[in-house]
Amino acid sequence: MEERPFGDISYEEFLREKKLMGSRCKECGELYVPPRHFCFKCHSDKMQWEQVSGKGELAAFTCIFVAPPYMARRGYGRNNPYCTGVVKLEEGPRVVARIEGVDASKPETINVGMVLQADFIQEGEGEEATTTLVFKPI
Amino acid sequence: MQKEKKLGRGVAIVGAGMSRFGMFPDKDSKDLFAEAYQEMVASIDKGFDPKDIEAIWIGNFSNDFFIHQAHWGPIISDLLGLAPRPATRTEGACASSTLAFRDATMAIASGLYDVVLVGGVEEMSKRTTEEVTEGLALATFPYEGRAGFTFPGVFGALATAYFAKYGAGREHLMNITIKSHENAPLNPKAQFNKTIADLMAAKKAKAEREGKPVPDWRDEKEALWDPKFNPPVAWPMHLFDCCPISDGASCMLLVAEDIARSFTDEPVYVAGIGQGSGRGLHAAPSLTSFEANKHAAAEAYGMSGYKPQDIQFAEVHDCFSIAELIHIEDLGFFEAGEGYKAVAEGATRREGSMPINTSGGLKCKGHPVGATGVAQLYEVWKQLRGEAGERQIPGRELHVGAAQNLGGTGGTCTFTILERR
Ligand SMILES: [Zn+2]
Repeated sequence: MEERPFGDISYEEFLREKKLMGSRCKECGELYVPPRHFCFKCHSDKMQWEQVSGKGELAAFTCIFVAPPYMARRGYGRNNPYCTGVVKLEEGPRVVARIEGVDASKPETINVGMVLQADFIQEGEGEEATTTLVFKPI
Repeated sequence: MQKEKKLGRGVAIVGAGMSRFGMFPDKDSKDLFAEAYQEMVASIDKGFDPKDIEAIWIGNFSNDFFIHQAHWGPIISDLLGLAPRPATRTEGACASSTLAFRDATMAIASGLYDVVLVGGVEEMSKRTTEEVTEGLALATFPYEGRAGFTFPGVFGALATAYFAKYGAGREHLMNITIKSHENAPLNPKAQFNKTIADLMAAKKAKAEREGKPVPDWRDEKEALWDPKFNPPVAWPMHLFDCCPISDGASCMLLVAEDIARSFTDEPVYVAGIGQGSGRGLHAAPSLTSFEANKHAAAEAYGMSGYKPQDIQFAEVHDCFSIAELIHIEDLGFFEAGEGYKAVAEGATRREGSMPINTSGGLKCKGHPVGATGVAQLYEVWKQLRGEAGERQIPGRELHVGAAQNLGGTGGTCTFTILERR
């Protein structure tokens, strides 16, 4: 049994372990990714961890040409845009994550409804080194 | 069922002011607030004694970040010579000053106070665009920031969801931008005072002067499709879909309904006010609607007894063009998925059936985030009193107007209905 608390620190820890994890309400069965401490539906605090398949479809996206500082430091910006989006997982919940394997400089080629699979990439350097959840077209 | 929300007693606006909005390197937050306050004092037809102000609520999102100064309640009470009266700062991202307005309304309605000053201030232009983008991203949901979303990025994503669901496209958002740029030149407080056609003519003239190829745009939309004129920021949000970085302040004097006419013969009354919260992109029930909007609207409509079709005009929070479209549907002015068609037909222009953002909106009036909510209400006040000058809604007697304010990426929404009696 996985005993970690149902918060964002655990969620991020799991991502570093290359696992996309959510919490399922033991009372009503609702699944949450990212995890919640409390069930939004029935307000129960009885949760259990569950790993999801990472398969989903693109529900919304954007291609960022004016990057925030931490993405600019990784070389993204006007001449190297990146795509990020909202993915509806096959298990139901939605997650927000970067979309890789698409051409962010040609947003017209990216479509809501695209089928995607979660992946984990290593990026950033030194103290900013991190494992990032991304989704890629299958 | 939720019980219907009613105010314990009526509340009226008897004075209102706002500073010019723009980028002012040689003005600080106190200067801007003083400018708004002086106009407010002058607007109180029968005069008033500042000593009668019993309490202050001030909205400010993040001067902490922008100029490294927090705790704006006492700074404003000191500025106005009103210390030691209680002064409270409210924070609801870009909805901060409507929270001030709502809290003050409730304080008066409860019977605690009779005369309250509300307002908002933000000083953003002393930071670079990148820093402001980072500062504003503080108001997204944590998961969004980590996934590389910026503020315009979140609204860009909502736009793709709207386009996919309803078959709209960028050309429909352009109608909103063009309309805002037509209204703003009529607003002397607005940050931008040029129509898209003006800006195109200026670019063409410049190219000619410099002997460069002159753009051959035939109309506004051709210019807006041109990435040289309108570069992408967070596709499909382009430069002209996004509000600017602004400095500014706004304020109002709120009083108990039974004393309103001792300040003015033309009070504007709070008919209904509501507020809601939302969950962020991953958990929002819809990507083409803000749940916080719907909650706020239900509260305000319930309180006022008005229905969407009773609202004659509105200011809505067009931080990005797509937001205006979503709001006018969420508030019930148009059916879901129909808003973009109504906009294309001109319904939201000043002479249309439902004028939206006669001020020029956040896009052109400017968006000093903490000042915006009360500045929206200022426009409604001006229109209801027939004092909006050249941008006055033509050809009709106005009685009921509204303002919708959004904080962050939909985490906070408010809806306020004002009326003249
Ligand atoms: Zn449950």
